[in-house]
Amino acid sequence: MEAFVTHTGRAVPLRRSNVDTDQIIPAHWLKKVTRNGFEDGLFEAWRKDPSFVLNQPEYAGATVLVAGPDFGTGSSREHAVWALQNYGFKTVLSSRFADIFRGNSLKNGLLTVVLPQDVIDRLWKLVEDDPKAEITVDLVAREVRAEGPSLSLTEPFELDDNARWRLLEGLDDISLTLRHEDDIAAYEAKRPSHKPSTARPSTIEV
Amino acid sequence: MGRTLAEKVWDDHVVRRADGEPDLLFIDLHLLHEVTSPQAFDGLRLAGRSVRRLDLTIATEDHNTPTLDIDKPIADPISRTQLETLRKNCAEFGVRLHPLGDVEQGVVHVVGPQLGLTQPGTTVVCGDSHTSTHGAFGALAFGIGTSQVEHVLATQTLPLAPFKTMAITVEGELPEDVTAKDLILAIIAKIGTGGGQGYVIEYRGSAIEKLSMEARMTICNMSIEAGARAGMIAPDETTFAYLKGRPHAPQGAEWDAAVAYWKTLHTDEDAVFDHEVRIDASQLAPFVTWGTNPGQGAPLSASVPDPGSFSDASERLAAEKALEYMGLIAGQPLREVKVDTVFVGSCTNGRIEDLRSAASVLEGRTVAEGLRMLVVPGSVRVALQAVEEGLDKVFTAAGAEWRHAGCSMCLGMNPDQLAPGERSASTSNRNFEGRQGKGGRTHLVSPQVAAATAILGHLASPADLADARTPVEA
Repeated sequence: MEAFVTHTGRAVPLRRSNVDTDQIIPAHWLKKVTRNGFEDGLFEAWRKDPSFVLNQPEYAGATVLVAGPDFGTGSSREHAVWALQNYGFKTVLSSRFADIFRGNSLKNGLLTVVLPQDVIDRLWKLVEDDPKAEITVDLVAREVRAEGPSLSLTEPFELDDNARWRLLEGLDDISLTLRHEDDIAAYEAKRPSHKPSTARPSTIEV
Repeated sequence: MGRTLAEKVWDDHVVRRADGEPDLLFIDLHLLHEVTSPQAFDGLRLAGRSVRRLDLTIATEDHNTPTLDIDKPIADPISRTQLETLRKNCAEFGVRLHPLGDVEQGVVHVVGPQLGLTQPGTTVVCGDSHTSTHGAFGALAFGIGTSQVEHVLATQTLPLAPFKTMAITVEGELPEDVTAKDLILAIIAKIGTGGGQGYVIEYRGSAIEKLSMEARMTICNMSIEAGARAGMIAPDETTFAYLKGRPHAPQGAEWDAAVAYWKTLHTDEDAVFDHEVRIDASQLAPFVTWGTNPGQGAPLSASVPDPGSFSDASERLAAEKALEYMGLIAGQPLREVKVDTVFVGSCTNGRIEDLRSAASVLEGRTVAEGLRMLVVPGSVRVALQAVEEGLDKVFTAAGAEWRHAGCSMCLGMNPDQLAPGERSASTSNRNFEGRQGKGGRTHLVSPQVAAATAILGHLASPADLADARTPVEA
């Protein structure tokens, strides 16, 4: 996984709530069998509208997405995270993320940061007033910083120590888990025999 | 202090617990399908890893599979590649696969329970958010992303952040024509699409206890639409009766041992939930969605809401955008909304009881002229059962299309899609923009409402059909 330490970049204000993963990456893109090449599918339907924020030239090259509440609801598709990363986003800020999306993002090094909605409102205003304004997301200090004519903001955010450590180091979860293979084997050894098995039964009748 | 059902199942699966680390949980059952697994198998291959527990892993094909001409090569080359990739991966790694054409093929969340693999007190995962379905058995079941699919394939475990517990207690009798689907749509409208975020919901109370296993699956299936990590229902005699004799259910002494364990899987009297919601079943009515997320719903007898009536600014904006996308006007009675397509199927409502329910409304009646109705059974087994009961003939006699099993128009990854601007009444689970096809407009409904809507051509319940049944010819 790509490590995340600190990132500074221009930001896109996405003033919508309940942005589901079908909007982030529509289902027909899910037929691809790779983890890359999803950038053109990101917000595909909305990008057909010339007034959509990602189509505004002043936001080209932005790397921070400032989103509305309940971002990433719906389908578990990790393709949503890959699409955001393939497009160039390094971090997403929102007052609330759907659980599965959040889990997926942190496993790929896309830092999802939960901030109070009033902070999101102020960041929206900042980058709408001045699209060149930069936002810093500092995982070491666990804070978001932004400077602008009308705003000087330093806002702490929460992320548990373990998730933070994995992100800072860019650690692969599977390798970490396999350090505890003895524990897995011990659990397996005492697992009750009535637990289901997918081994084919001799006859299948329903 | 006592523990909740969810906490008991969690505790029974902790492989490793350490300060400052998420618990490492053992996974009893891992379900795979073609969409979210290819990159996970690639990861295994790159790292030189194998599947740790093939005996706890099973795959089927559902999202991309066509529902017509299944004996011909799949027309869409990208869909075909994805299915072929699953077949290659399963062959290479030794995973049991039920491909298109197999008698056990179907929507992954229909297949697991009908094989008897989904059992009380198990942990079930799948790279699909509707894995919450399996919670109907008292399993802790949740959707995961592809990185986690790879993690489970390699280790049969997942490190998981702790959850909060929510009880949704439903007491009383559901009125006639009110189904599990109406109940869950009403719950989501009440708590919101983010209301369950961070929670495992336990559905309980007399109205839940009276539900069949299939109705319970409909409820738990849509827990994710309220943002919940999982939904669960305590196992009881209904659960045991459903499981007994299924191909992968325990047998003999194993069955007795299993039932003895399953009977311990209920929330203790003195357990405390982090949040509680109470619902009076008798006050519910057929429920439909008007917007573009599953929380934007209302009783069928209501009208399209005025966005100005929402006090929360982001909800108001969301309602405005939803009405614009849906082509609806505030104040329009929902019963007057005309639809082009009716879809009966999906992991929410693609089981035999759902097909029976739709067929009972359609029998002796005909689908409105110009309206397209697709009936897509959730699995081949469901289709075979429906044929045995003659339900397929009821559907085709009414003018509906009887299709092959799969996810189909629930998400339109196969050719079953809405055209831009087309409107559907759908028994599926998501009314997101473009979910059933680019520009398509979706109203989520129960199978009964779907069938009544198909007959009248506008959103309707069976109660609206008083005179529409034509005599059946002998």
